[in-house]
Amino acid sequence: MPQFAVGEKVRVLSQWPPSPPIHCRTPYYIRGCSGIIERYCGDFPNPEELAFGRIEPKNLSLYRVRFKQHDLWDSYQGGLSDMIDIEIYENWLEKL
Amino acid sequence: MTETSDHEHSHQHSAGHQHPTQPDQDDSITYFKAMEAAVRDLLIEKDLITAEQIREKIEQMDARVPANGAKIIAKSWVDEEFKRKLIANPRKAISEFGHDIGPLHLIVLENTEKVHNVVVCTLCSCYPRWILGLPPDWYKSREYRSRVVREPREVLQEFGTTISFDREVRVHDSTADMRYLVLPMRPKGSEGMTEDELVPLIGRDAMIGVTEVTV
Repeated sequence: MPQFAVGEKVRVLSQWPPSPPIHCRTPYYIRGCSGIIERYCGDFPNPEELAFGRIEPKNLSLYRVRFKQHDLWDSYQGGLSDMIDIEIYENWLEKL
Repeated sequence: MTETSDHEHSHQHSAGHQHPTQPDQDDSITYFKAMEAAVRDLLIEKDLITAEQIREKIEQMDARVPANGAKIIAKSWVDEEFKRKLIANPRKAISEFGHDIGPLHLIVLENTEKVHNVVVCTLCSCYPRWILGLPPDWYKSREYRSRVVREPREVLQEFGTTISFDREVRVHDSTADMRYLVLPMRPKGSEGMTEDELVPLIGRDAMIGVTEVTV
């Protein structure tokens, strides 16, 4: 069951994966940034396990999180309403 | 003699007399190409798959072209009920066109007077291949992937697309299991056109969101 609700404020963990390196679908540029849950997309096999061919990867809730462009880039050239939506797995999100 | 492929002369070729040749069009064998070929040969040798199955897959992939997406968009422009279904349940709506999207999920992003959507996959090259075919090279380039998230308006401008400042530019980073199809705005001047007449107006780039559709 999804842990976060639509509209909830969340932060992307600001961490690098532990050693040894894992396959990670959380882009570098968004780590540590805060946004709003745009939607819950469903539960999907954890790509961090799937990438290594594990037979039964754990399912994780996947969300689309919406961020304000002006919050991400200091020199952003665009309207205040410009946004970026990114798919992020639950294990990378924390409640704000 | 010029450096073209014209080769109409009567003398005998002999050692020491070399003509310039056209460069080979094939890329060199890279590490990953060699690995792919080795794995493919092994899979065939061990009877896990056949060369014919690989050929069939490639043929299937090549048969997917952006016109498939254009037909979906055109229908949504002329059929309000279909558009509603396409946005609410894309999987079901596009199955009417015979497209099976497998385990992935499709999200249809409607462009409006208030919002312009553009799609990228910053991590690799995720793309709705069953509808649009293979992604263009620029979509996979590091330049597009790194720039469109931080300066989307400038990148759109380079595609000839100017989005007014009061209209939101919404970038979608396709990082995981969703795939995205932009539903462009129906262009002004196309009011009297039929569904079939609209299809050729809708190009691949408009369905990625780097251009708008014009008549």
